Amino acid sequence: MNARGAYLTPGTRVARVGLYVFGALVCAFLLLPILAVVPLSFNAGAFLSYPLSGVSLRWYEDLFGSSGWSTAFCNSLVVAAATTALATPLGTLAALGLARLSSKLKPLMIALLLAPMFVPVIIVAVAVYYLFAPLGLAHSFLGLVLGHTILATPFVVIVVHATLRGFDVSLLRAASSLGAPPLTVLRRILLPLIAPGVFAAAVFAFTTSFDEIVLALLLAGAGQKTLPLQMFDGVHDQISPAITAAATLLFLLSVLLLWMVELMRRRRARLFGGTVEES
Amino acid sequence: MKKTAMISVCAMACFVATGLGGCTDSVRQRDLTIVGWGGSSQRAHRDAYWTSFVVDTGITLQEDVWHGGIGVLRTKIQAGAADWDIVQVETEELILGCEEGLFEPINWQMLGGREAFIEPSVHDCGVGAMVWSQLFGYDADRMPEGPRNWAQFWDVQRFPGRRGLRRTPKYTLEFALMADGVEPADVYSVLRTPQGVDRAFRKLDELKPYTVWWSSISQVPDLLASGQVAVSMTSPGRLLVANREEGRNFRVVWDGNIYAVDYWVILKGSPRKAQAMQLIAHMKQPQNEVRLPQFIPTGLSNREAIAMLDPALKRDTPSNPENLRHAVELDAQFWVENSDALTRRFNAWAAR
Amino acid sequence: MPALEASLSTGLHQPSDAGSLRRALRRGERGRKRMALALIVPLALFLLVSFLVPIALLLARGFTEREVPQIWPATAAALRAWDGTGLPDKAVASLFVEDLVASRRSGQLSTAASRLNYAVPGARTLVIRTAVALPLPPGSEPLAGLIQLDPRWGERETWAAMRQAAHGYTGFYLLAALDLRTDADGQVQPVPQEQAVFIDVFARTFWISAVVAALCALFGYPLAYMLANLPERVAHVLLVFVLVPFWTSVLVRTAAWMVLLQDRGLINDLLRDLGLIAEPLQLIYNRTGVYIAMTHVLLPYFVLPLYAVMKCVPAATQRAALSLGATPLQTFWRVYFPQTAPGAAAGALIVFILALGYYITPALVGGPEDQMISYFIAFYTNQSLNWGMAAALSLVLLAATLLLLLVHGRLSGRRELTMR
Repeated sequence: MNARGAYLTPGTRVARVGLYVFGALVCAFLLLPILAVVPLSFNAGAFLSYPLSGVSLRWYEDLFGSSGWSTAFCNSLVVAAATTALATPLGTLAALGLARLSSKLKPLMIALLLAPMFVPVIIVAVAVYYLFAPLGLAHSFLGLVLGHTILATPFVVIVVHATLRGFDVSLLRAASSLGAPPLTVLRRILLPLIAPGVFAAAVFAFTTSFDEIVLALLLAGAGQKTLPLQMFDGVHDQISPAITAAATLLFLLSVLLLWMVELMRRRRARLFGGTVEES
Repeated sequence: MKKTAMISVCAMACFVATGLGGCTDSVRQRDLTIVGWGGSSQRAHRDAYWTSFVVDTGITLQEDVWHGGIGVLRTKIQAGAADWDIVQVETEELILGCEEGLFEPINWQMLGGREAFIEPSVHDCGVGAMVWSQLFGYDADRMPEGPRNWAQFWDVQRFPGRRGLRRTPKYTLEFALMADGVEPADVYSVLRTPQGVDRAFRKLDELKPYTVWWSSISQVPDLLASGQVAVSMTSPGRLLVANREEGRNFRVVWDGNIYAVDYWVILKGSPRKAQAMQLIAHMKQPQNEVRLPQFIPTGLSNREAIAMLDPALKRDTPSNPENLRHAVELDAQFWVENSDALTRRFNAWAAR
Repeated sequence: MPALEASLSTGLHQPSDAGSLRRALRRGERGRKRMALALIVPLALFLLVSFLVPIALLLARGFTEREVPQIWPATAAALRAWDGTGLPDKAVASLFVEDLVASRRSGQLSTAASRLNYAVPGARTLVIRTAVALPLPPGSEPLAGLIQLDPRWGERETWAAMRQAAHGYTGFYLLAALDLRTDADGQVQPVPQEQAVFIDVFARTFWISAVVAALCALFGYPLAYMLANLPERVAHVLLVFVLVPFWTSVLVRTAAWMVLLQDRGLINDLLRDLGLIAEPLQLIYNRTGVYIAMTHVLLPYFVLPLYAVMKCVPAATQRAALSLGATPLQTFWRVYFPQTAPGAAAGALIVFILALGYYITPALVGGPEDQMISYFIAFYTNQSLNWGMAAALSLVLLAATLLLLLVHGRLSGRRELTMR
């Protein structure tokens, strides 16, 4: 894309340097604030400023030692795992269906399946709470999982659907015409090909639930405090280095999950011979 | 590449599986849930009462934190989603909630009868949790000589810096009137007139540009320590505990303080009513109740406990007559009658 | 069968020209469609039941009355029959006394009392105190008896408010969402100045969203441009700077800003050490903090789609412009920018739409005068239970969101389902 490289004038060169500097600053604005918190979590003192008064793990000890944080971690894990288990098959099936749907119904279905992404979360949260509270589902794990599943399925649909776009249907027909029964086609051809996409979708679902707070604020009761809720309470109480420790852990988890999705994307690209476009 | 992918899938699955394995007991019926005001007050209650209760009875206890507001309690009961059993409420919440049927009646028999307690802490729906004051404080390390009364609290020329105020009309309006020259004793008679309310809001208008509104009182030590606010409304206990535990140099000013009682109530329809009552009884046994002031300065409600209390621990509580000069008791009746209307007006005012 | 032809040709099947195959194909197509729908149905049903239905039910609360008609049915019927002039007759009062007693017994009194309180401040206490004081002394006339208990029962406003709440449908909440109310005579009037808040809140919500969208465009366009014009390998490394924040929990990012923006936080320390300021700037618990944190949270939503758009701009057009003698600036402005402007507009609109519904970030880094509409929806759900207000405000927010989504759909044209 360096089309204009050959035509560089001094003016353009200045403009380009300016652009790079500006771009670098924006990149810094995006990432540095998150990174800046990480060292603070290792601060030996109780202040949230540099220079650090010493390096220590005391805030992590605080975190792991407190029953509130470990319960919250467990709750988040349980809810996110259950959400993933529910949203991934639902979304994958729907994406498979969408790919085969070629009628006027398709835009309508897409609108329905993706709607939870576009409706403001607070409205989803209040509406679900309104329905669930009289049913005894507010302040229950089931309620929270169902709520998170609503938010997670659009991501699953999108990711799996994107996988299928690079997918050559003639492979399935070839297998069928060679006499393979439908189940075999599914098991031997379809699943291995879309597996990376499904896994990436599962990670999306997991992190959607794991990071979610607005729904949790309404739907989680005292018995279902999730990690984000615990953090929310924490920043309301005292912006202590323990908060930065929790933030650091959550941040690392996000990076790990992102890395996994990236891995799956590359694998997918390789499987489909690079037909899946970058990002 | 395939190998890395497989390994990452397995690692992920293992991580979730082991996590879930270790978490199996977290998904179960809700435990007895007690709700306090967070921060050092919550810690003090835990150390003074709750840990020993769990050890003595084997009942598992779960904690939550709230920041007040009768609406929150109404919401829980009316939406049919009550997830709390025992809550520490303020006086007008006790009275309103009791009238509206939000609370279970207290079994005074289990507590040794009403006579065992000082009069203000006895109510059909609640029992006094602590006697405390709302006043203001500052960090003497940052400001060696701080304001001495509410009028000076309002004086941003002489004492520059932002002010921390609780995001409720209660206390805020009273203090505004005191800052405007109303004697503590007359605050509520002025506030009972529409002109008095307007006057209080006008006075608040002056300070609004300099105000940081907090909703959780646990934020106060942090707001002061970080210099985010120079002076803040607070309860003395929060700051004095920070002095003791974190080596701060906070100072509290008793002039024009408002003292009040907080109560324990049991939410209507609690499935753990009996256990809740058991916990309240545990907290109110004299030899238990007397422990709380060791952790946070506060007044007590059980007569026997008050008699047992080391006088030195009374210094920073409303039990010290020194602290009641130029002070006023919270007029719960005023807030019972006006909290709805004034809260609505206050919220609209604050949001503008 | 042009429709079928069209759908066939857009499908995954290759179109067939053989007319004799048409019947068989159509059957196959129907089967395929059925299969496709069968795959979608589980999720569609789930979303219908747990997402669409609750939203519809909630929104319906914005213009229906439940409390008074359900909890005091006899009174409600009698009030609907009352013409609204003077005071209702004693028959109404006597039904009301009975309903009060019954609702107190069933535990629903405070719900109905709350409803009246929305219209008449202080009515909650009035109703509850009255119910507690019942029954009236034997032989007393019910209306007079009520007035004896509290003179407010002798005021027309009290009964008029109750009559308003007794109808099945109501404009009460939607009017209230626009800082309006109807008085005892049914005239629409602005609410008292000191209670008016929502017009301000809506204006502020739109303003903050617009500023954040503009900031995102300002920061995001050059970044996306740079990324799209760098060699692939460099761009991929730099994309991490956008993707990592995108993946990090909003709460973590907001908490990070809370740490950084404090008076003694990193930013103020840095500015002080550089000698730029003497006194710390107030960066948090005000509008500045909201702008900074929200721009940070939403910037990736602008950059990522725009980057994808820019990657698709053919380099040949610019090369052509340059070879025809245009200056680089002209080339950018006349050739490149017009090709990417719709993408940028679509991205800014998405940021705007997402910002409209934002809750957590402004709630944590803003002051009371920076709260947006979502804060009030949450407030009426968990701080002060008022389904009607929560629903009416949701209705306005949802309507604005859907409208803008339609505009967005137009802007970005028919685009495939894409992510990132």
